[in-house]
Amino acid sequence: MVPITYYLWLGAILFMIGAVGVLTRRNAIIILMCIELMLNGVNVTLIAFAQRLADLGGQVFAIFVITVAAGEAAVGLAIIISLFRNRSTLNVDEINLLKW
Amino acid sequence: MSQYVWLIPLFPILAVLINGLFGRKYIRDKAHYLAVGSVGLSLLVAIGIFIEVAFLGGGGDYILYPWIFSGQLSVNVGFLVDPLSAIMLMVVCGVGFLIHVYSVGYMHGDGGYYRFFTYLNLFMFSMLILVLGDNYLVMFVGWEGVGLCSYLLIGFWFEKRSAADAGKKAFIVNRIGDAGFLLGIFLIFAHLGGLDYHTVFANAHNLSTGVATAITLCLFLGAMGKSAQLPLYVWLPDAMEGPTPVSALIHAATMVTAGVYMVARSNALFMMAPVSMATVALVGAATAIFAASIGLVQNDIKRVLAYSTVSQLGYMFLACGVGAFAAGIFHLMTHAFFKALLFLGSGSVIHGMSGEQDMRKMGGLRRHMPITFLTFAVATIAIAGIPPFAGFFSKDEILWQAFSSPHGHIGLWLIGAVAAGMTAFYMSRLVFMTFFGESRVDEHAAHHLHESPRNMTVPLSILAVLSVVGGWVGIPQALGGSNRIHAFLAPVLGGHGEAAAHGAVVHHPSAVAEYGLMLLSVAIALGGIGLAYQMYLRRPELPARLAQRFPGVYAALSNKYWVDEVYLYFIVNPIKRLTRSLWKFDANLVDGAVNGAGWLTLWNSFTSGRFDLSAVDGAVNGVGTLITAGGKAFRRLHTGLVQNYALAMFLGIFVLVSIYWLS
Amino acid sequence: MDLGFFLLFAGLAVFSALMVVTQKDVVHSALFLVSTLFWVASLYVLLQAEFLAAVQVLVYAGAIMVLILFTVLLIQMEEVQKTNPWHRQWPLALLLGPFLLLEIVLIVRRGLFPFQLGEFTSDKLAAVGNTEAFGQILFTRYFFPFEVASVLLLAAMIGAIVLAKKELGK
Repeated sequence: MVPITYYLWLGAILFMIGAVGVLTRRNAIIILMCIELMLNGVNVTLIAFAQRLADLGGQVFAIFVITVAAGEAAVGLAIIISLFRNRSTLNVDEINLLKW
Repeated sequence: MSQYVWLIPLFPILAVLINGLFGRKYIRDKAHYLAVGSVGLSLLVAIGIFIEVAFLGGGGDYILYPWIFSGQLSVNVGFLVDPLSAIMLMVVCGVGFLIHVYSVGYMHGDGGYYRFFTYLNLFMFSMLILVLGDNYLVMFVGWEGVGLCSYLLIGFWFEKRSAADAGKKAFIVNRIGDAGFLLGIFLIFAHLGGLDYHTVFANAHNLSTGVATAITLCLFLGAMGKSAQLPLYVWLPDAMEGPTPVSALIHAATMVTAGVYMVARSNALFMMAPVSMATVALVGAATAIFAASIGLVQNDIKRVLAYSTVSQLGYMFLACGVGAFAAGIFHLMTHAFFKALLFLGSGSVIHGMSGEQDMRKMGGLRRHMPITFLTFAVATIAIAGIPPFAGFFSKDEILWQAFSSPHGHIGLWLIGAVAAGMTAFYMSRLVFMTFFGESRVDEHAAHHLHESPRNMTVPLSILAVLSVVGGWVGIPQALGGSNRIHAFLAPVLGGHGEAAAHGAVVHHPSAVAEYGLMLLSVAIALGGIGLAYQMYLRRPELPARLAQRFPGVYAALSNKYWVDEVYLYFIVNPIKRLTRSLWKFDANLVDGAVNGAGWLTLWNSFTSGRFDLSAVDGAVNGVGTLITAGGKAFRRLHTGLVQNYALAMFLGIFVLVSIYWLS
Repeated sequence: MDLGFFLLFAGLAVFSALMVVTQKDVVHSALFLVSTLFWVASLYVLLQAEFLAAVQVLVYAGAIMVLILFTVLLIQMEEVQKTNPWHRQWPLALLLGPFLLLEIVLIVRRGLFPFQLGEFTSDKLAAVGNTEAFGQILFTRYFFPFEVASVLLLAAMIGAIVLAKKELGK
């Protein structure tokens, strides 16, 4: 039996890899994929707890996360497409519409 | 009936409100309907109450509502119905009603017609409050109210400077007395814990003599002001500037007797203080003879009557001072009748003479004004003290009490008797100069000379009847009467001096003495009349010769002993000088300080303006600049790049978790 | 045995994740992401979540990755590929990552909070079967959130169409 701590560390590692990716990459699509990575890290944690605590609620949460991830990917990609259409770039640091 | 006592002051005050609010625009010369009607209604209620009190033994204390409740002090607005207030009610309402009727004729056509009746009704209201109040504070309200009305009515023709000045004089002199009255009320509350008569008189015997003396002297100071006693009498002669009905009602019959009423009402207190009693008696006697002597040589018809009033008030105080409170009230009543009649008669004369008041320009009027003459003569005989007219009984009783009462003294009797002789003299002089002899009326006035209208002569006639019969309620036992008024007033005024009043009962020398004194006073009165007859009808040149022979005396009398001048020199002018110096002080120092303060403020505001412009505005602008600069600097943080924000967010998370971890 | 599988799958997953982040080419990143998702799904199996493992493979590896690859294909990537793939703030982010990770690890080492065991123990789950138990609980206790999720997906679908379609008349 693998200790739950290992799973939690794994989840944390995946989450942090995704987070660093989000913070360091310029390409919007890759950032989106890194977000998927972060969500996966969270899912690992949720499912590990579900198993450890003998409660399927964690798994149900995970499936909702996957659902939201699917929706997010769809909308996010749509945004990226329309953004590229308007700005001809995918580099996030060139898009500063929020600037003062 | 007594429970409706609140109606009595209610009617006049309603009339005051209506006439006062709508008189100028809507009612104008119809003001008298309401005014006379309201007083008439009050009179009807008063008669009912009087009958109940006199014959059915009614009366009592009727509390309308609680007025002041503060700490120990609790004062109700309440009306006390007892024999004393019943008599006062009758005098005030009765004489007041007649004078209201008279005023309709006298004031006809005056520009301030509605105003006059408004004031007159306000006076009625205040006077009724004064006599009905069941405690000193309510009495004081009425007391101040009548003072106000007196001021308003003396200065009724305020466009005349002398009238306005007389009003002010009356008000200021009265204020001195009122201050004393107020101090007396404070003392009563401080030492007796209450102000209503019942409490005060029930506990009066617990007072020490010293406190009682202080209280009663303070109260008497108030009475001196209101009732024009030495040395505060000076306002009353000047008060004749007011319309004659006012002189009759306020300055003869009712208001000026308020002091007598107050002293009589407070008899329980005064009896505790022999010194005060003696003071009252002395002041009364001195005033009686002092004013009478001035009256001897005055030429203004109303001034003679004014000094006569002061003198008669002195009699009343003399009575109170010797413990004969009932006699004082008795004289108050009869005096109200005949003095009101005298004033109204003089008003009728003045009316007929187109405003002339100097007796030297009158004479022989009896042919032109028969009713006025007859009624005036009746009143003169009454005041002179010829039996069986009203004045005889009351005045004679006072003299008898002054002689025989345990508080009395033969000296007081002597003063009173001399004053009575003077009274008879100057009143007869007045009648002879006005109604008899050659006519000295000037052409213009003679042309208009006429008898007054009926609404003036009818009140005169009624008052004449009262002046005759008014004294019959107090016929002494020595003359076969039963002295009803004494028995009637006894429950209120107690048995003070009562033994003596009942004639030959206790300790006074003998009935012979009483008869003898009676005869003597009649003789004095007749002597006064005879002397006047000699001097002003038989030998008219005599007064001038006398004046030449005794120039000092004549000058002193005709100048009223220079009292006004003395007051002017020793009181009014020093006060003026003081106020002038105060004004100078004010103009120089206070104004200087004020101006200095103003200048300082100006300078201050100037500098602070500079300060404001440079420092404050600088600070404000500086803050603005700082913020702008800060904004310019910090907006670089606001890159619009989401990843920067995310990084900041992670940094924040890191810091937060670190804090969590470390704590 | 389990630990061996765990270390294998976890190592592969972490390696693939690092590749996702570090690969310059988007397509490579996407392929490594698929790899990551697959290894994670394997871990789910280890955690007795067979149904979720299947969903992970189907939805993520199947649907989402296809969507991403389509997007990549739709966009002219040549110019994008030439530029520097790294953001200017990368040193700071790289520094921050390990520290945050360290903190999480430390917190996890602190131990678990007190808890109560639920009804689906490993044995029961093995007896009933994961999918059946999961379906039961999803459609009873979590039925309302399930419906909300379906509405969310509908909204996302409409939003994606609206955003991505070419504007008419342009």
